[in-house]
Amino acid sequence: MRWLLLKDLQLLRRSPLQAVLLVAYPILIALLIGFAISREPGKPRVAFLNEIPSGARIAAGDGKLPAVGVDKRICSQVECVDVADRAAAEAKVRDGDVLAALILPADLIDRLNSLGTLNPETPEVEVIVNEENPLKAQAVDDRITALLSQANLFIARQIAAEGGRYLNLIVDGGNFDVLGQPVEILGLRASASILKALRPAVPEGQRAELDRVIRFATLARDNLDVAEPLIDRLAQPIAVDKQSISAPTPPLEIFAIAAAAALTLTFVTLLLVAGSLALEREENTFARLTGGLVSRGALLTEKIGLGIAVGLAVTLLMLAGLQLFVDLEWSRFGLWLAAILLAAAGFACAGAALGAGARDVRAVSLLAFMISLPIALLSLVPSGAVGAGLYDAIRVLTALFPFKPALEALTAALDPAGPGIGGPLLHLAILALAYAALARLALRRFATT
Amino acid sequence: MAGSATAALEAHKLVKRYGAHEALRGVNFAARPGELVAVIGPNGAGKTTLLSILAGTLRPDAGRVESPNGDVGWVPQQAALYRRLTVEENLLLFARLEKLGDPRGSVEEMLRLTGLEERRGDLVSRLSGGNQQRVNIAIGLLGRPAVLLLDEPSVGLDPRQRARLWEFIAGLAGGGTSVVFTTHDIQEAERYGRRLLVLADGEGLFDGSAEQLRATVREEAPEAAGGDFETAFISYLQHRGH
Repeated sequence: MRWLLLKDLQLLRRSPLQAVLLVAYPILIALLIGFAISREPGKPRVAFLNEIPSGARIAAGDGKLPAVGVDKRICSQVECVDVADRAAAEAKVRDGDVLAALILPADLIDRLNSLGTLNPETPEVEVIVNEENPLKAQAVDDRITALLSQANLFIARQIAAEGGRYLNLIVDGGNFDVLGQPVEILGLRASASILKALRPAVPEGQRAELDRVIRFATLARDNLDVAEPLIDRLAQPIAVDKQSISAPTPPLEIFAIAAAAALTLTFVTLLLVAGSLALEREENTFARLTGGLVSRGALLTEKIGLGIAVGLAVTLLMLAGLQLFVDLEWSRFGLWLAAILLAAAGFACAGAALGAGARDVRAVSLLAFMISLPIALLSLVPSGAVGAGLYDAIRVLTALFPFKPALEALTAALDPAGPGIGGPLLHLAILALAYAALARLALRRFATT
Repeated sequence: MAGSATAALEAHKLVKRYGAHEALRGVNFAARPGELVAVIGPNGAGKTTLLSILAGTLRPDAGRVESPNGDVGWVPQQAALYRRLTVEENLLLFARLEKLGDPRGSVEEMLRLTGLEERRGDLVSRLSGGNQQRVNIAIGLLGRPAVLLLDEPSVGLDPRQRARLWEFIAGLAGGGTSVVFTTHDIQEAERYGRRLLVLADGEGLFDGSAEQLRATVREEAPEAAGGDFETAFISYLQHRGH
């Protein structure tokens, strides 16, 4: 069997395309994933044109809030590229230099201020986008919605804070500037105290009226004390308290690495074993080999062994490459090995079943792609993303192929968070045995056709 | 049928079915050491099925095969070679798989025997059809089998390559190797086969020399006896209802 294994490795070495597939592919995947997960999601570049006159202020009761905070707030969320005018903004969007252009029109503050009048106008900001494809359109919409929500929240909080300051002034008293002149505000607390102090001096018949004023001042003070946090809550009335009913999940970068490893194993191992077995038929060597030189079982074992060995080497190569970008827990190497070996065994046996059922390498390669790619994509569909019936069907379908348990096993091997590794490993072992049995059956047909 | 006392290869009442179709119907066959036996017959007669069963790559549904003098070498119709390995690598691989005592020595011997020494480092995919067939045969001969089975060995070869091939095969038979080959070329069967086994619809119709077949034709289809061997053979088949 070792001579057959050496022969297959020799054949691999002789094929530049396969060499590229087996060596360059994992390196490429490692680099892509590495770059993607080792960098902060970059701030989108947005062309920014602020037409608001300097010194404009947002009205808050009798006072005014400076408007300069709004643009600062926006530019903390995106990378603002200042542009001189509307034409420049449009040009930047058209050329793809920026994701979108945001224009704060000159009348924005006036319109904001009109909200507190009898003739309210809707404040609008102008957004210029180039929705060249649906994905970009969706991404731009999501970004703009998030951006405006944050800007609205910021403004609401500013107004709430200013409102709260005025309430404090009414309750506790203090100084307030009107047209540059300080005005003293007595406040409800001091008013009630003064009235209480004056009460004995007031004639008996008029005390009932005075008591009503004192009671009002006390009640107003007490109730306005709690109004300030209430106003603050109005800015963001609903808060989120997220509680997960599942086990803690591993970080996104670990999931991305596991998905890349599972995908690499899928293509490398599945295609290699299926193609290698089909090649014996294409080269007419299957009958010669099994005509007394090796048993069919030994040939099958050799092919599966080849797939596992190459799959292991390629996946470890990929993980080693990713180590440049992410700190992997090498102390869990034993678990990595178990996950990779069983995942590779699952894919290798599935590849053997495919290879035993196809007549030539091209046909089996096409078949392997047609089966594995959709199943790999379906395996990534989360629950709740599709209807319950469809999700159940996807679960059954993906459970019949090694990708999903391989992904789960690799994720569990790479990171202790999340579900355990035992279940996926058992699942992979069962699939490997089932596919090996199927391949053995298919080989009988292989020999007689 | 040839006498079985000294047979290098014997088959008894071989039956093979593919579903409802009976590819072989109780075929008997024997080959003596050094004998060159041609298996001929129309398409679908069961020639390749018979050779595959004799080679052990296909199991019969009934009957048995015996090769008392040792291994049977098999050379399939289409070259069973790894095209991305060199001539030498192919030979060495199969020599090792046959667990020969001195695989490299056997490879050298086969390279000499087949005249492929100078092409040993060439990828098989770069060889001509004739040279590929020589490598194919060399692999069948690696274990120095007592019997060599060749399934249409001259298909795709030009006349010169064909002549060299038959010279080589005749040399093997001269050395004591029993050679059994199938062919569609009746003239080739007449020229190189010391014995002919005629199969039609899975039945063994005739087993004897080319002269004996001509004598049978003279007896059964005298109108065709004066023509060439191929015409006589066709008349014989027609007379037998095939």
